[in-house]
Amino acid sequence: MQSLILTTTTRLLAALLLMFSVYALLRGHNLPGGGFIGGLIGATAFILYTIATSEIEARRALRVGPSNIAVVGLGIAGLAGLSAGLAGEPFFTGQWLFLFAEDGGKGLPLSTVLVFDIGVYLAVFGGILTLVFALEEEI
Amino acid sequence: MADDYPKVDRVMGGPAGWISIAFPAVLFLYFLGLLPQIVTGPQVHGIDWVPSLGIRLSVLLDGLSMTFALLITGIGTAVTLYSARYLGQHPDYPRFVCYLLMFMVGMLGLVLADNMISLFVFWEVTTIASYLLIGFNADSAKSRRSALQALLLTGTGGLVMLGGMIILGNVAGTFELSQILEMGDMVRAHPWYMGILLLFLAGAFTKSAQVPFHFWLPNAMAAPTPVSAYLHSATMVKAGVYLMARMNPALGSTEAWFWILTIFGGITAVLASVMALRQTDIKQTLAYTTLMALGSLTMFIGAGTHYAIVAAMTFLVVHSLYKAALFLMIGIVDHATGTRDATMLRGLRKAMPLTGLAAALAAVSMAGIPPMVGFVGKEFMYKAGLGLDGFGAIWVTAMIFAASAMMFVTGGIVALKPFAGDLAETPTPAHEGPWPMLAGPLVLGGLSLFFGLVPGVLGHYLVGPATHAVEGEVHEVHLYLWGGVNTALILSLLTFLAGWLLYRSHESIRARLIAFEARSPIDFDAGWDRLLDGFKAVAGWQTRLIQTGSLQRYMAVTFASFVVLVGGTYLVKGAFGAGLGLTTASVHPVQWTVLALIAVGSILVVWTHSRMTAVAAMGVVGIGVSLIFIMFSAPDVAITQLLVEVLVVVLVSLAMLRLPYLPRRSKASFRPGHALIAGGVGVVTTFLTISVLGSPFDRRLTTFFEAASYPEAHGRNIVNVILVDFRALDTFGEITVVAMAALAALALLRGTAPRKEEN
Repeated sequence: MQSLILTTTTRLLAALLLMFSVYALLRGHNLPGGGFIGGLIGATAFILYTIATSEIEARRALRVGPSNIAVVGLGIAGLAGLSAGLAGEPFFTGQWLFLFAEDGGKGLPLSTVLVFDIGVYLAVFGGILTLVFALEEEI
Repeated sequence: MADDYPKVDRVMGGPAGWISIAFPAVLFLYFLGLLPQIVTGPQVHGIDWVPSLGIRLSVLLDGLSMTFALLITGIGTAVTLYSARYLGQHPDYPRFVCYLLMFMVGMLGLVLADNMISLFVFWEVTTIASYLLIGFNADSAKSRRSALQALLLTGTGGLVMLGGMIILGNVAGTFELSQILEMGDMVRAHPWYMGILLLFLAGAFTKSAQVPFHFWLPNAMAAPTPVSAYLHSATMVKAGVYLMARMNPALGSTEAWFWILTIFGGITAVLASVMALRQTDIKQTLAYTTLMALGSLTMFIGAGTHYAIVAAMTFLVVHSLYKAALFLMIGIVDHATGTRDATMLRGLRKAMPLTGLAAALAAVSMAGIPPMVGFVGKEFMYKAGLGLDGFGAIWVTAMIFAASAMMFVTGGIVALKPFAGDLAETPTPAHEGPWPMLAGPLVLGGLSLFFGLVPGVLGHYLVGPATHAVEGEVHEVHLYLWGGVNTALILSLLTFLAGWLLYRSHESIRARLIAFEARSPIDFDAGWDRLLDGFKAVAGWQTRLIQTGSLQRYMAVTFASFVVLVGGTYLVKGAFGAGLGLTTASVHPVQWTVLALIAVGSILVVWTHSRMTAVAAMGVVGIGVSLIFIMFSAPDVAITQLLVEVLVVVLVSLAMLRLPYLPRRSKASFRPGHALIAGGVGVVTTFLTISVLGSPFDRRLTTFFEAASYPEAHGRNIVNVILVDFRALDTFGEITVVAMAALAALALLRGTAPRKEEN
């Protein structure tokens, strides 16, 4: 199905959705969002692109195989959990680093929790796209 | 049979060989160095492993574990040295060494563990390693079957034992053996004592091949000879004996313990002796004598008197020494002559003098003839048997008499007959074995003689401390070769007489036994096969019943179970009334609109004949639900729900495009069964929701998360903080499922239709 309107708007929409997905991922710790939602939104961007163009085009745009992304995400999440072991704490204890923290404030919080959430994002994103591409590819 | 593989050029097995020999040798010397300390008292060391569950990686080194450790590493050294020559040129020799060392480490860990859970872990390590070793000749179906049989039997026993360990751990409040063994009186008086005992014995009896689990052991002969030597002398089968001896202070000296162990042990011993006589393959004969030894050990641990424990511990060492030597000797004979058939081997003494010497030393010890240590062991067994009361004394003494006489006969069959007389034709001309293979049997045979001449050394360093550990209290142990003329000595002499008479007529007895076996309806091995076939049949029946392959059936069963189980619980508990007082006054007109949307969507799903329409209508329902989430300020849940609904519609539509076009199977526009299930789910869910809302809300978790979210997890969005921090492990599990489901679906889709040609 090739529709000029869909193809044109998709270029814009997909980019916006991808940006929004990263936004949702990063704000998740304090506001609605997070890795799971971000991953779903990101996947929607590529699904839209797939419907507008083709599965082959979408694969080309993604560059990396979606199943690889899912597995890498799983690995990142696992490593984020294991990193607590370096600090001698139980599996999945969050490790935090507050950059530029003024007294009372939390500055720029960096943490293994965020790394874990990125892993969740990639796992969900890759998992959904694996399914969609597989279903789309022969039609 | 040992030589039909492509040889790899290695001297003594190459690096794998040297490492495998050095490993047990160094450990042996290490344990030997610790021996003087252990004689004075036990030692406990350890580190915490899983502290929250009370699991420690701790070591209990007392006389019992020391005796086992020395046997494992000492005989281990002999066996690895032997294997380097025996199997060193086998293409898979490094793999073999790997398994063998794993076996050794498992067994060492088992006897040294102070924590029951780590004991169990090592117990299973030996089970797995023995599976790999017995099945080492993996291209032989017999080998694979024997390996699987050993794995299933001892593995099941191990799991049953784990149950016993957990119960005992709860009763005692600790998993540390060194503490549990001090609480014997409390454990024995506990109402769960019987259960604990039976579960433990299930583990010990399967591992140590007691009747009726004995049949795996002779089959395990499929393993290469050095493995058999190791498995039968110092490891694997002795694990069960170790467990019974170890648990004696906690579980022993009760009526149940006494009778279960002496009766099963006695039957095993005598049955095995008779079966040993029936075999023509001398390796099989030896396998059955191991059963006999295990039966005797079980019987004496069960008898539990001081002399019985001394007899058991002495016989443990005696048996390990002669059994390892005999197995290794048979390997040499097999290698040199090409056969293990007792009826074909004659007069090897000139061609193989050193092998003959080792065989003679070991066999004389097995037959219990002075001055070998076997005689010391047998004297104490009789002494122990005679020292019991009432029926126990008659039973144990009779069993020992029968078994010892048979040992005398089998000693003659495996070691006297092949070497005496005139040289007979063998498939390959007999020649002496190489030194690495002779060293083990000669040293072990020599030790049998040495300990027989100076039994005091054995008594002081090994048997004494081991007896102390098993009894839980200190008694002086004095082993001797000559105890004067007493009942035990007279019984010994009678044993020799009976043995000699049996040996003279053993060939006709064997013929009769073979004939009897052919007619006997009892065949444990065939029974095992029938048991497995039965399991497979039940599994097949159950799979056909539950896994029909029809999606419709799965859905129907799932939802019907939901209705029956949840609805049934509601009816039984009378909970339908809860929450019915809720009013609808607070519903806003906008909310009514959303509800109407959901209702229309649902009706459309039921009404339509087009699947595509049904999927889209389901999407409408889902979106309505997410609108409700937004209204009740749960934006996270709403966004997720919305996205999931959209994706589900996309995915299902895509999947439908791939489905073949089939004519409708049923013309019916109304399906009462489906309607009943669907209506039932609706009703039950509605009542469930109402009564949940009507129950008082437990705010404990909410309060905790609200309080801890920002200060501890540095996040204000509680939902996400729970997902990625408080419950990160759950989320990790979920994304694993997501990724695996995607990969599985990919494999299925790729598997059903070939991929289009790429252009």
